[in-house]
Amino acid sequence: MSAPLLHVDQVGKRFGGFVALDSVNLDVAEGERVGLIGPNGSGKSTLVNCICGTLRNETGDVIFAGQNINTLNTHERTHRGLARSFQLPRPFMSLSVAENIRVPLLYTVNARGGHHLHGSELDDRCVELLKLVALDKKANKLPRDLTQVEMRKLELARAVAAEPKLLIADESMAGLSHSEVEDIVALLIRLNQRGITIIMIEHIMSAVMTFSQRLVVLVSGKKIADGKPDEVIKDQEVVGAYLGQ
Amino acid sequence: MRTPLFIICEVVVATVLYLLFRHYGNDYFFFAGYTVLQFVVMATAWNILGGYCGYVNFGSAGFFAIGAYSSVFFYTVGQNVQDMDPGFLTSVLHVIFPIPVPILIVFGGAFAGLVGLGTGYLTLRLRGVFFAIATLALAVVIETLIVNWEYVGGSRGAYIIPPNTVPVFGPYIQYLFVLMLVMVIVGLTAARLIERSRLGYGFATIRDDELAAEASGVPTLKLKLIATVLSGALMGMAGSTFPFYLGFTEPGSVFDLSYAVNSIAMPMIGGTTSWVGPLIGAILLGTMQQVATVTISSVANLLIVGLMLIGFVIVAPNGIVGLWQDWIAKRSKS
Repeated sequence: MSAPLLHVDQVGKRFGGFVALDSVNLDVAEGERVGLIGPNGSGKSTLVNCICGTLRNETGDVIFAGQNINTLNTHERTHRGLARSFQLPRPFMSLSVAENIRVPLLYTVNARGGHHLHGSELDDRCVELLKLVALDKKANKLPRDLTQVEMRKLELARAVAAEPKLLIADESMAGLSHSEVEDIVALLIRLNQRGITIIMIEHIMSAVMTFSQRLVVLVSGKKIADGKPDEVIKDQEVVGAYLGQ
Repeated sequence: MRTPLFIICEVVVATVLYLLFRHYGNDYFFFAGYTVLQFVVMATAWNILGGYCGYVNFGSAGFFAIGAYSSVFFYTVGQNVQDMDPGFLTSVLHVIFPIPVPILIVFGGAFAGLVGLGTGYLTLRLRGVFFAIATLALAVVIETLIVNWEYVGGSRGAYIIPPNTVPVFGPYIQYLFVLMLVMVIVGLTAARLIERSRLGYGFATIRDDELAAEASGVPTLKLKLIATVLSGALMGMAGSTFPFYLGFTEPGSVFDLSYAVNSIAMPMIGGTTSWVGPLIGAILLGTMQQVATVTISSVANLLIVGLMLIGFVIVAPNGIVGLWQDWIAKRSKS
């Protein structure tokens, strides 16, 4: 069996006396679609922040593509192929929709060496990415002119523009209607079919079940389940964590 | 407009301005014009860090003073060399000193840029009001060092006696005016280049959301250091001719509160997201202050700045450029 793309090994994180992550292990294989669920405060976002470098894990290691990335900054991890979207969309408000996409192309894709994108190539890549999320007609708009679902799509498109090996989508569907949720799930599956490994953090179970090939459950900073979605949601410990003992 | 054409336009405007002043004006026009141009450089420099990156610098006077006092230092060394007994070393020094003012401008920019780099390393992990306070503290630290450095005059100040005339230019103030025009061209060209470059996008992402910028692959700390160096260097360059302009340099005048206030107010009033904003703000405020100085009183200057700043923050928080952009957007919609 080949080495996993992401290997989270005994990762721990505390905030004062509060244990946010307690020796969490997680392996994600290349091309996989993994759902990460857990009640509020279970440590999902903290785990994402530790994987992406926004927070530094106090114990354990984060191994990505065979290399320990514990000491790397967030932008260095993005350069290595680890991208994320945020729970609350964080577009660059003073830049147009197309310019938001241009930033990772300039700073990540062009920073990797190899072929540098210039002029019309950059524009074409922006249009291609915006078409992927159906925002091409709003390329010149500012983010403040977008709807909530469009903002979510922009967030995902910006992460995808960095040409990641692994994309972590942190609650990309929060606050969206049923049809909008289906829209985003379909988009994430399309991205996965393009070769991007995806970890999706979500509370909307219908979306999680449609999307995930594997389901991981965190409760109180500990991983309590990891397996096929159908089996995991029947796990007594998981049911207890969600519905109460 | 392409950069070479932009520079040609700048040179043409600068030449026309110089010739108009020379033909129709007197030396006062050059004195007043120098101050306005100095503010254009200061405002442009401030805007690189404060406007493009969103890091408010209250220590403009500190960087300006480094430029000014580097000139005072080299001028003093030059004076001492002249008094030395002849010898091999002094004959070499006689060739080097006195250092021409354009070289002093480069030195002033380099020293201030270095201090900018150091400041960046020490303070750029701070954000918002904490960063602003740290830069203010930096200016106070530099002022304390200068006040206690006797070689450059300490608290007493230092005299620099420039020649009355310079070949080609005539009166010395005209020479300084032209040097400041060149600095304006350098500053505006640099700001415009940054704005339209990869660096400009990076700065904008830092201003908008640093966390999202990092997640998009932007090396935020490195870019902020570049911004502090560029901003500091330009401020230092603006300060390096100041001792020759005044003839007497003392901490009270170089570290004057008005430099910090004007450096912030001018881009805020003009608009911080574009190179045009600081230019408009500096010309508008600088000219008004010069008019107020001769018609009302020199103490009315800061009052005017303060009132205009309050007015713009309420009515047009994005400055004159923002007002213009909003008007264009409304017009295109209707």
